[in-house]
Amino acid sequence: MSKSIKEMGWDELVPGAALFSFNANVDYLMAETQPEDRIYAETNSKNAYVGDWRVFKPVWNSELCIDCQNCWLFCPDTAIISRNKEMVGVDYDHCKGCGICVEVCPTNPKSLLMFNEIEKNEDALTKWPEKKKKGEEE
Amino acid sequence: MNRKEMELNSVEVWDGNTCNAQAFRQASVDVVAAYPITPSTNTVENYATFHANGYVDGEFIMVESEHAAMSACVGAAAAGGRVATATSSQGCALMVEVLYQCAGMRLPAVLCLVNRALAAPLNVNGDHSDMYLTRDAGWIQLDSFNAQEAYDLTLMSFKIGEHKDVRLPVISNQDGFLTSHTAQTVRPLPDKVAYDFIGDYVQVNAMLDFSKPVTHGVQTEHDWHFEHKAKQHAALQGALPIVEEIFKEFKKLTGREYNLVETHKMDDAEVAIVCLGTTYETATIAADELREQGIKAGVIAPRLFRPFPLVQLAQKLQNVKALACMDRSAPGGTVGALYNEVAGALFNTPARPVLRNLIYGLGGRDITVNELKEIFTDLQNDAKNGKLTGKIQRLHGVRGPELSFYEL
Repeated sequence: MSKSIKEMGWDELVPGAALFSFNANVDYLMAETQPEDRIYAETNSKNAYVGDWRVFKPVWNSELCIDCQNCWLFCPDTAIISRNKEMVGVDYDHCKGCGICVEVCPTNPKSLLMFNEIEKNEDALTKWPEKKKKGEEE
Repeated sequence: MNRKEMELNSVEVWDGNTCNAQAFRQASVDVVAAYPITPSTNTVENYATFHANGYVDGEFIMVESEHAAMSACVGAAAAGGRVATATSSQGCALMVEVLYQCAGMRLPAVLCLVNRALAAPLNVNGDHSDMYLTRDAGWIQLDSFNAQEAYDLTLMSFKIGEHKDVRLPVISNQDGFLTSHTAQTVRPLPDKVAYDFIGDYVQVNAMLDFSKPVTHGVQTEHDWHFEHKAKQHAALQGALPIVEEIFKEFKKLTGREYNLVETHKMDDAEVAIVCLGTTYETATIAADELREQGIKAGVIAPRLFRPFPLVQLAQKLQNVKALACMDRSAPGGTVGALYNEVAGALFNTPARPVLRNLIYGLGGRDITVNELKEIFTDLQNDAKNGKLTGKIQRLHGVRGPELSFYEL
């Protein structure tokens, strides 16, 4: 399939609306291969920008993060990037801004917080709250 | 295959349900998921007996509803197996949602639909309501007129649906009770011959092929839905010559001939009846008796309800003067579906007969040879006058004052 899917006619589609995630046959161990090293097909959702749902975005503060992996584990869209159990950042192409990562973040103050989509990340980082004392939470 | 082979006589006495079950067994179906419903119960019941006695090596799944039965079939077919099930009436209505899924996902399942009326009022007897209900679901629909044909067509359903250029599910229709419960002489094929005719199942985009991960049943909105439906429609329309080819191959094997449009004495017919199911055979007797009186009567029936053989039907009707389209389903506020199809086939052709629509035989009401002869006589009037003598639609055989509609 050299043609972009957007240029294809009805007669060129795979029958049955079946979608292949990968271009070639998968002859490697998927679990041991990082997402960026996998050979995705154009039709893979990895290649689709779906971030336009977002109104609020999670911003990550690396100085507070303890790499507990909770956000990575709970993210319903695998939009938290983590490598070798170390938090790397947020994949804004696929994050829908649901806020679950912020909800499950255990640090004090939280190392992930929701900000308005239009706010710049570096500005957001300057507005981080102070550590809360016991009994002060919520 | 590690199943026992079944010794069959060259002629067996089977009802239509046994024919279906035997065809499933000979096709070596991987998964049959079934929920029993009258009158198709015996199809899966017989199959379960074969399974219990070691004649089947596939899986038999007992599910909690027809919706689940078809869902299990879709899952098994997507996983990469040959699947089949049977249903009727309300069960078919419950399956409808999944029938669209199955066709849209291009999974070649086989469904033996034993035609029965739809409630209310509740009725277990035969009419074509459930066949009509599924007409836009994207399945190929074959129609048998007796038990032998039910066996043959169910066998061929696998070969048709699984053809590489078709890849569509197939419904094998037969009339409830009239075919499904009437024991008739049937000439089956030996197991090996039948299996070799159908061939091994070829998986396409199987979900259990881990080297090529695939998503089935994806979502497409306005951007791609139309194109996928276009492809599905093209596959259905393109199936007609393939079906014809498989019919020819079957004739070479068994001597039994099937056509896209079945005809009886249509070569010089002036008046004709077009119908589906067992009525075809009754009408041929009526036509033969009228021929003895010098009336040029013929009977014609599409072998496929979907894809509808429009061109082939129209070609055979160019010399007919008057035609009755028999619909065995409650009309629901318009003319019958078969009338619509036939009218659609004829409208743009040079010569077209006078058409009338008869709604008959609902919920198992008999249609007799004498009644059909009367219908032929009405048609003769139409033919003589060159126009309709009466209204376009009539509910034939309903008690009370005559009920007829639609006049121009």
